[in-house]
Amino acid sequence: MLHTVNKSPFDKNSLKTCLSHSLKDSDILLIEDGVYGAIKDSAMSGDIEKALTDRKIYVLESDIKARGIDSSRLVQGVAIVDYGGFVELAASNDRVQSWL
Amino acid sequence: MSTVKKFMYVNRHAPYGSIYALEGLEVVLIGAAFDQDCCMAFIDDGVFQLVKGQDSSASGMKNFSPTYRALGDYEVTRLYVEKESLMERGLTKSDLMELTYEDEDDDWAEKPSIQIVERSELGRLMEEQDVLLNF
Amino acid sequence: MAIEINGKTYETDEEGYLADLNQWDEEVAKKMAELDDCELDENHWQVINFLREYYDEYQIAPAVRVLTKAIGKKLGKDKGNSKYLYQLFPYGPAKQACKYAGLPKPTGCV
Repeated sequence: MLHTVNKSPFDKNSLKTCLSHSLKDSDILLIEDGVYGAIKDSAMSGDIEKALTDRKIYVLESDIKARGIDSSRLVQGVAIVDYGGFVELAASNDRVQSWL
Repeated sequence: MSTVKKFMYVNRHAPYGSIYALEGLEVVLIGAAFDQDCCMAFIDDGVFQLVKGQDSSASGMKNFSPTYRALGDYEVTRLYVEKESLMERGLTKSDLMELTYEDEDDDWAEKPSIQIVERSELGRLMEEQDVLLNF
Repeated sequence: MAIEINGKTYETDEEGYLADLNQWDEEVAKKMAELDDCELDENHWQVINFLREYYDEYQIAPAVRVLTKAIGKKLGKDKGNSKYLYQLFPYGPAKQACKYAGLPKPTGCV
C-alpha cells in the first residue's frame, strides 16, 4: 500500500498516525507540508529512521524545493521522487491511503 | 457494480472544528447506496465524533451526531474505534453513543456497531481493504 | 423562490425545497403538492409524517432504499415496497415526499 501524508508533523499528527498504522513494506510518500517530516535532527527524525528499517519513505522533489529544503538536510535513506516517480509509486501499489 | 469491494472510511478529525467529519459521514451515506462492503474507523480526534451528549445548539452549528445512529439502516454495521486513541483522550467506551444495527441474518436481533480495537489490529484491518478513504 | 399562502411567505430553493424546515406546516405541503398536480390523501400523509419523524430523530432525509425498508417495518409489507411508494409519489418517493415534508433533498440523491 502507498500512504501519502500532506501535513507537517509539527502541526498535525497525520504522519505519526500513518507511521503507527502502516505495515512493513509500505511505501510512504510525503507531499506538500508533509515533507517537513523528513528533515533530519528534528523531533520527528527518530520516528522516520525507525520506519525506514522496514518501509520506504519518499519526498516529492517540487515540494522540498519550494520550501527551501536541500536534499542534504533529509534523514538518510529518504528517497526523492519527482512527479513521474509519484505516478510510478501510485501505479506500482494496488491501493493508496491519503492521510490528511 | 458486479464485484463488491471492501471500503473503509477512516475518520481522524473532531466533529465541529473542521468540515472533515460531516463530509466524511455524508460520503459514507452516499456510498452506502452502492452496495459495497463498508466499515468505518475512528482514530485520533475522530473518536470525538462518537461522544454522547453533543449539543451544538448554542454554537449555531447543526448537531449531526444523531445521524451516526442511522448508519445501521444504511447497512454500515462495523464502526472500529481505536482503543489507544480513546485512552489518550481520557475516554472510555462508556463515553460513546450506543450505536446498534439490526442483524438481518439473525432474526433482526439488535447488535452493537461499535467495536473497540487496538492500534495494531486496526493496521491489519486497513491492509485488508480494497479502498481506504481518509477524512 | 417562494411559496405564498394567505399572505405568509415560505422561502424555497431553486428546486422547490423549503429553505427553513421549521417553517413547515400542512398548508405548505398541500400547496407544494397542488403545484405538482397531486392531491394528498391519508397514505401520502403517512409517508410525509414518517419522514418528518425520521428527520427529527436522525437529522437526515433517508435514502429511498432506507425509507422503503423502514416504511415496511412500520406500516407493513404492502406499503414497504417501491411500487407502492412510487404510486404515491411518482417523482420519486425520497425526492417528492421529502419536499412536501419540508426536508432537504436526501443525501446522495442527485
